[in-house]
Amino acid sequence: MDRDAAFFEFVCRMGDNTLVLGHRVSEWCGHAPVLEEDIALANTALDLIGQTQMWLDLAGEIEGKGRSADDLAMLRDAWDFRNVLLAEQPNGDFGQTMMRQFLFDSFHLLMLEALEGSTDERVAGIAAKSVKEVRYHVERSGDTVIGLGDGTSESHTRMQAALDLLWPYVGEMFQSDEVDAAMVEAGIAPDPASLRPAYDTAVRGALADATLTVPESDFAHSGGKTGYRHSEHLGHILTQMQWLQRAYPGATW
Amino acid sequence: MSAPNSAYPDTPGTPERPQRHEWPLWEVFIRGQHGMSHRHVGSLHAPDAEMAIKNARDVYTRRNEGVSIWVVEAAHIAASSPSEKGPLYEPSESKVYRHPTFFDIPDDVGAM
Repeated sequence: MDRDAAFFEFVCRMGDNTLVLGHRVSEWCGHAPVLEEDIALANTALDLIGQTQMWLDLAGEIEGKGRSADDLAMLRDAWDFRNVLLAEQPNGDFGQTMMRQFLFDSFHLLMLEALEGSTDERVAGIAAKSVKEVRYHVERSGDTVIGLGDGTSESHTRMQAALDLLWPYVGEMFQSDEVDAAMVEAGIAPDPASLRPAYDTAVRGALADATLTVPESDFAHSGGKTGYRHSEHLGHILTQMQWLQRAYPGATW
Repeated sequence: MSAPNSAYPDTPGTPERPQRHEWPLWEVFIRGQHGMSHRHVGSLHAPDAEMAIKNARDVYTRRNEGVSIWVVEAAHIAASSPSEKGPLYEPSESKVYRHPTFFDIPDDVGAM
């Protein structure tokens, strides 16, 4: 795999993670359990969509075929998306959404901190801008996971169920492949596997504070970041997200 | 933290501390820039002080309004009663000389 092809893949992974998760989180707008959480979730979704704009702009630039961020977001089909499976998992209840957010934010923060030192100035720039937002995301989602996990018997039960459901999607974020190897060689991005020890320390610490039990199995679903096999949920997200551009091609406002 | 209608169902109420059915109300004060004082901007619900500050950040500082946030549980604010308006405020009505409007304040003093 040549360097630019790998670079394009890698940047799509970053941008598709933020696009798909951002869209998921935006589904809460107007539905969150309390007004304050509704606004906080919408803020998070907007941060993620803003980051998507930067990543997919860069992806289009690397690809050099004249595709814009909008083209990549709205006109690719499910098999061209490179987000991790965790990002496309359904919202479930509020606790499940916050657990998904915490598991992703913790990875996202470590990745962006490493990318700040990228040899590619554009990548380092996007990371530096995003990391400020993501530091707050992880603080908020972490506090909420601890608050609900170490909360009432009802909230604890729901958070444990969310962790049991979502933990098998954690492993994929740290699986390395030839794209990652090419990025490490070019000094553009870290080997995701190298981020795992720091992730485990931070996440397991918070989950212990939340009085939650991490499942023992290391089983990990995969196929999202490689595009090999997304879960059935991604297609449903795209039908909603891309509907307007599909029905009215080129529509602007 | 949980939805207001299911908050703290495990904690039975006592005569001194009745069972809570929703998050307490917090008043939010934000300082817009260094050198200014905190101003009341509104209120919100949150389970504790830490979350109240986070919620205040999300609800009231989205457009870069603040450099500092204070929150205080609304129950801790003692307020004057509207019915005491007369004795509280009327005595000063006829004392215009208490206003510092008889001095020229140089422009470069800035906000006072």
